[in-house]
Amino acid sequence: MVMRQTLDRVALSTRVEVVDIRGGWGVRQRLNQLGIHPGDHMMVKRSGIFHGPVLIAIHGCDVAIGRGMARHVIVREIT
Amino acid sequence: MKKTVCCRKQFYGRAFQSAEHPQIVLAGQPNCGKSTIFNEVVGYRSIASNFPGATVTYTRGHVRIFHQTFDIIDLPGTYSLTSMDPASVETQRYLLSQHVDVIVNVVDSSILSRSLELTLQLMDLEIPMVLCLNMMDEAERKGIHINTDTLSGRMGMPVIATVASKGRGVQHLFAETLRASAAKKTAHHILYSRHVESVMDDMNRHVREAFKGTSGYPQRLIATKLLEEDQYFIRMAREHKPDILKKAEQCRKQLVSAHGRPADQVIGAERHALSMSIFESVALVEKPVISWKERADNLLMHNVWGYVILFAVMLSFFLVVFQFGALLEEPLVTFFNQWAASIQISPPLLSFMAKGMFQGIGGGIAIVLPYLLPFLLGLAFLEDIGYLPRVAFLLDGVMHRLGLHGTSVIPAVLGYGCNVPAVMATRILETPRDRFIAALIASMVPCSARMTIIFGLVGYALGGIYAFGIYVLNLLVIIATGTVFSRLLKEDTPGMILEIPNYHTPRFKVLLSKTWLRMKDFIIIAWPLLIAGSAVLSLSEFFQWTPFINRWLTPITRILGLPPEVGVTLIFGVLRKELSLLMLFQALGTSDVTAVMTQAQIMTFTIFVVFYIPCVATIGVLIKQVRLKATLLIVLITVFWALMLGIFTRGIAALIH
Repeated sequence: MVMRQTLDRVALSTRVEVVDIRGGWGVRQRLNQLGIHPGDHMMVKRSGIFHGPVLIAIHGCDVAIGRGMARHVIVREIT
Repeated sequence: MKKTVCCRKQFYGRAFQSAEHPQIVLAGQPNCGKSTIFNEVVGYRSIASNFPGATVTYTRGHVRIFHQTFDIIDLPGTYSLTSMDPASVETQRYLLSQHVDVIVNVVDSSILSRSLELTLQLMDLEIPMVLCLNMMDEAERKGIHINTDTLSGRMGMPVIATVASKGRGVQHLFAETLRASAAKKTAHHILYSRHVESVMDDMNRHVREAFKGTSGYPQRLIATKLLEEDQYFIRMAREHKPDILKKAEQCRKQLVSAHGRPADQVIGAERHALSMSIFESVALVEKPVISWKERADNLLMHNVWGYVILFAVMLSFFLVVFQFGALLEEPLVTFFNQWAASIQISPPLLSFMAKGMFQGIGGGIAIVLPYLLPFLLGLAFLEDIGYLPRVAFLLDGVMHRLGLHGTSVIPAVLGYGCNVPAVMATRILETPRDRFIAALIASMVPCSARMTIIFGLVGYALGGIYAFGIYVLNLLVIIATGTVFSRLLKEDTPGMILEIPNYHTPRFKVLLSKTWLRMKDFIIIAWPLLIAGSAVLSLSEFFQWTPFINRWLTPITRILGLPPEVGVTLIFGVLRKELSLLMLFQALGTSDVTAVMTQAQIMTFTIFVVFYIPCVATIGVLIKQVRLKATLLIVLITVFWALMLGIFTRGIAALIH
């Protein structure tokens, strides 16, 4: 059974695949612009304290995504 | 903020404008080095920094290369041609409405696959293009080897590798650019997958039938943009050919039913897949060596150490600027005072004016420059090395309490240099509400002009710890104001998405050029104002106007417990914040303020000046960015805080004594 979760809950150093982006036009566009599309692989590198952002590595670059925004990204772990 | 669109002009804009010289436009994703290339050819004119969104408005330069004159335009970076934030709207508008001979698409080679998504969109504009693979050294370090010939074949345009920060390849780039501009050859469209292309064909047909080539835009561009629901094109269609919107809706439905995703995502995914496949066919990727970048990030973005370092960096920055400035200020002030005292000219009116102007000149050199110079150098260093986006990461959580997100840290930090670019930098934020709160915060941050007052007055007379205290107080007030407004203007901020760029080793020459560019602003605009202001003040003293103005301002000076003579300096402070300080010396007739004002008065005066009304230049950009009403509100808020805190300081001081 493949576990699906939102990006903000992924444990550090886990490789995940984007399954879906749940959000309106603006959220989708903004994530797409930084190279985050369904099917992409990425790794969670860091998670900020005080409800801070998550830092992901995707296509060879680091992107900080605010926690609220990360909640829109549905991912599954790659085993 | 409602964006009003003058549709007709833009609708028929592009095709009919011509320019004197060939127009070369630098376009690309944020932080890929457009401004660095621009500065390399034009001379240091466009502030280049290491964070996404350093350029928020375009800069035009005029150059002669290879015996030919050109205009080079440095556009704000944009991730895609879809209008999201005002900075990318500016880029889109420029490309759609101005005459462009050739686009130099600058790309950060170390993230080629993502960058090609914008390249594919730019190709829809059907303008001759050159692809500039910048930061090739960075890519090599990441283990990415790109075959430029193969890439050039796939994209159908010249591809030039450069390392702009070292000036490598830039000459070759412009030679190719001129050739492409003369050849006027545009690349072929690279096609999407079969089903999407069949829908595109339908849409293309509808566009052709509706516009019959009168739009001034390429057909495929309109078709794609309508499928993606780009607001600019939807508005244009609604105005001129509303029928096509229904057809676009049908085409979108076809995409949704076949792919199970919203149409904009289908197209986005197509471009993404194309870029990835092009990237894979032209690049060889080896495993990168774990760089010191990772190690530095482990420390600078650490959940504990990151904050410790942030605090240490800010504190030492503060101390260095303060120490350096104080070291120079005292001997310089003494020197100029002695000189000023020796001026003896008759008649008395001339002598008055000469002394006034001399004080303006001396004040600029002795009091403003010693603090401004190390501050701007330090800020340039922090910007170029790439620290600011890390700060944004660290402070995102905190900023959410202010109802903003981490990206808004960047305008706030820039505000410590000057509020004008800080307010302009709020354009990297997406919603008008976020931009308003960020602009409010940016204009409350004590800029370097106010820093000279804090250091030159409070630091000098009361000690560095009090100066530091003002910064802490200011921060607390900003937090309070931000919190109140984010509660009042309840609306979810979309949240941060910020690329964290690689570290770059700043080049000393570039740091100096940048500092010089910013200092020039002081020397050309502020200094003459200082000198003229001093002269005007001397004149008004000579003709006995000052007491009149001061009397008019007594309600304020009395409530703050300040000597009535300082009233007039508050007026000048609105022009330029440094003026308050210099005028103060002149109004009191000495630069040894401690002789005529108590420590409590000095503190009260400084706090009032630091918080009240942003300077004229800031008000100007505020009106441009957030409109008049919001600007007036910001002015009112600052006056409110200045009065409250001024009275409060006076009260505390009275209690202590």
